[in-house]
Amino acid sequence: MGTLSTTAGPARPVSRTQALLNLLRDGDELAHAVTFAFAATILLITILLIYELWINSGLARHKFGFSFFYTSTWDPIFGQFGSWPFIYGTLVTTAVSLTIAVPLGIGAAIFLSELAPPKLSRGLSFIIDLLAAVPSVIYGLLAVFTLVPIMRSDIEPFLKKTLGFLPLFKGPAYGVGFLTAGIVLAVMTVPYIISVSREVLLAVPQDQREASLGLGATRWETTWKVVVSYAGVGIMGSIFLSMARALGETMAVTMVIGNQPKVSASLLSPGYSIAAVIANEYAEAAGNLHLSALTELGLVLLLLTLVLNALARILIIMTARKGSGVQGQ
Amino acid sequence: MTVRTIWRKSLNAVMLSLTGVCALVTVSALFVILGFLAWNGGRSIHWTFFTNLPAPTGEVGGGIANAIVGSAKLLLIAACIGIPIGLIGAIYLAEYAGATWAFFIRYAADLMNGVPSIVIGIFAYSVVVVSMHHFSALAGGFALGVMMIPVILRSCEEFLKSVPRSLREGAMALGASKWRTILTVVVPAASGGIITAILLALARVAGETAPLLFTAFGNQFWSSGLNQPTAALPVVIYNYAMSPYDDLHQQAWAAGLVLLGLVLVTNLLTRMVLGRQTAQGR
Amino acid sequence: MKKPVLIVSLCLGIAGFVAAQGGTVQLQAAGATFPAPIYTKWFDAYKKINPKIEVNYQPVGSGGGIRQLIAKTVDFGASDGPMTDEQLGQAGFKILHFPTVLGADVPSYNVPGVNTSLKFTGKALAGIFLGTINKWNDPELTKANPGVKLPGEDIVVVHRSDGSGTTYIWTDFLSKVSPEWKAKTGGPGTSINWPTGLGGAKNDGVAGLIKQTPNSIGYIELTYAIQNKIEFGDVQNSAGNFVKATLASVSEAAAGAAKDMPEDFRVSITNAPGKTAYPISSFTWLLIPAQIQDTGKREIIKGFLNWMLKDGQGYCEGLAYAKLPPPVVVKEAKAISLIK
Repeated sequence: MGTLSTTAGPARPVSRTQALLNLLRDGDELAHAVTFAFAATILLITILLIYELWINSGLARHKFGFSFFYTSTWDPIFGQFGSWPFIYGTLVTTAVSLTIAVPLGIGAAIFLSELAPPKLSRGLSFIIDLLAAVPSVIYGLLAVFTLVPIMRSDIEPFLKKTLGFLPLFKGPAYGVGFLTAGIVLAVMTVPYIISVSREVLLAVPQDQREASLGLGATRWETTWKVVVSYAGVGIMGSIFLSMARALGETMAVTMVIGNQPKVSASLLSPGYSIAAVIANEYAEAAGNLHLSALTELGLVLLLLTLVLNALARILIIMTARKGSGVQGQ
Repeated sequence: MTVRTIWRKSLNAVMLSLTGVCALVTVSALFVILGFLAWNGGRSIHWTFFTNLPAPTGEVGGGIANAIVGSAKLLLIAACIGIPIGLIGAIYLAEYAGATWAFFIRYAADLMNGVPSIVIGIFAYSVVVVSMHHFSALAGGFALGVMMIPVILRSCEEFLKSVPRSLREGAMALGASKWRTILTVVVPAASGGIITAILLALARVAGETAPLLFTAFGNQFWSSGLNQPTAALPVVIYNYAMSPYDDLHQQAWAAGLVLLGLVLVTNLLTRMVLGRQTAQGR
Repeated sequence: MKKPVLIVSLCLGIAGFVAAQGGTVQLQAAGATFPAPIYTKWFDAYKKINPKIEVNYQPVGSGGGIRQLIAKTVDFGASDGPMTDEQLGQAGFKILHFPTVLGADVPSYNVPGVNTSLKFTGKALAGIFLGTINKWNDPELTKANPGVKLPGEDIVVVHRSDGSGTTYIWTDFLSKVSPEWKAKTGGPGTSINWPTGLGGAKNDGVAGLIKQTPNSIGYIELTYAIQNKIEFGDVQNSAGNFVKATLASVSEAAAGAAKDMPEDFRVSITNAPGKTAYPISSFTWLLIPAQIQDTGKREIIKGFLNWMLKDGQGYCEGLAYAKLPPPVVVKEAKAISLIK
């Protein structure tokens, strides 16, 4: 690329081509600018998305104001719309799905990265990646044919018998409801956690493990306390991915949640989620106010995602401070 | 052996076997799905299924040829949008970004990821379909591409960051500029993960129905070029599964099997051609 | 050496299938899911007669069809419910309604121990779906079904969760037979605030929930019930008779309404007069712009409508749709000339 020139010399007027060549040689500035441009389009698209949602929900926002968040009536005929049951359902199903998917996913990822021989690990993770490709509608239909009957006749009655004193497990066992939806979401989102976590765990330098084992730690202690915490941030990223998908999932949820806009403490109760009601009613929405209210629901979900992400980030910061010296973000 | 050691050893054994159980549970879920699809749809799979256009209800011999080609077109467009923005954006976040820009861009990507697929479809409708005054494969590809971006961005950022500093410093010590280091050292080192992320994103959008309903619209016949509405596998699966006819139900399961098969083949081919490495070369 | 070859062949392949092909004319249409099977059958048959004409119909839903028609992204639409004056006003251009086939909603149920066809009065159905009648052995039900042992169990109501013409027909009927229903829910609609019940997505979802949930009742399309051999009950019509939905009894309802049919065909035929008329029936319409600039497209659409009224109707029975009664066919044939 030529030697570094250190001569100062008089400032000569520089031709356009010379200037361009100089820019290219300062490849980094160009690279910075180019990569920034691409990254910035993400910002642009998101802003455009929010803008579109904002504009199209105008009718509903002006009519209902803040009451949209806490009222529970959803009546397209009388023109009364409130989003609370949908917010509740979205939160509950996402929480259930994370509770199941996170331990399952991290456990499987640990197995694949630390314990399984490389060929088995590659093969199994291949298969698990396929799970992400199964269309949402097939998950839904499968759940309807296989999971719902089992929930109704075996699992839910069992839960009621053993844990029925908790308000979480009261009420008739329909088979459809928050719990079933949460389970389906867990299966749908676990591939993201496993896939990304496995890669991040594999990237942890071998010497970290060796140092720990050398100090007398058991395999499990090494894995849990050293490798996983080293990869902690990446794993959190995978959980974000999975949570995001759970929040926005439509088809599969609408088939197993019961589609009843109800707020109930029981996980066995039917409910509704924001994404499900938008998917159900958008195509047939009667009238502009209805359409506008559905669009406002989309905005509410966006807000929810914002808040949940913020909370999760705070959680990371708090645990990172407590734990061992892990690279910050 | 002290009590504590026994405890630690048993905990070790229990926890490690539990992780195996986790992996087993997850993998068996896929086998249940594949089994269900094969059992219910296997009968519909024969040569004509892949080469015929859909037949109207009541007639046998319908196929999903246009849906397969349509899905391929849509994924191609989606990849052309999602991969450059996602990957180059990830490079920016991992290598160049300062704290504030990084924060906003990551946040924007996480937000985009949480938007229900149907809302992305509505968004693509207002941006592309309304401007063009008709449905098209382009609009569908745009919707899917937008959905791919956050998955690729967030995962690739993590993989790029996990490349050890020593590799970067080594390259720079040899005189390479930053962008050269990134291009020739960092990205190849993270390539295993990057390919995983891209394939994961493609797999996800390959199965999405809702964003296509008002963008690619669907087509009973062949769609020509990129400007016409086009059929797509997930939409066909959805329509058939929701119809009252048993024959169409079977076709839906068979199409599901085909979709998964295509994703599997794409995964295999990509890994074979582009090679597979992790940072540790395992 | 492998990579460049692969990349070049990939590019050629891509170029190949991205390139446009010409020859045929493709029209776009969107709308109701209910008649989608017969519409696709018709368009396929029409293509066999006219190979250069392709009509791509997508079942995105009646509301979606109306909106896409108004936005002019499709050439014509289809809907299970007639467009309201408000929607017609929004369109900014004149839209004509053409009935194509008839549909009906039937009450389907799953009561363990009951294997016969139950009889339902309008009042009973309204009460069940309002939640005021909540046990199977309620007097309103036992009265109409002497000799059938109805259990004292709670009724589980199932309705549609997605907006749909099927819901429109059902709520239209209930609004006519029950002032209480109309007052509480506000009248017919594709999507309403259901006083009670689980929501199933599409006919499939409702039928599935009914099949799996003991002591449940819901409404599904007749075509769907026939195709899947689902048991359903009889409903009392305006003449006081309990009628089972059949293709014949549904066409009867339309024949009864034919005399007073408005010129634009926007009419509700639920609770229609007629001894053997099935009370929960409805037309489904094609929505065609009255003015079509493109001569080619105009001729194609007019040609298709003519064919639909004559030969097209012959396909109905095979797919379990009820045909249009002759007086309606005659009226429609005249209306085709309104398309300019």
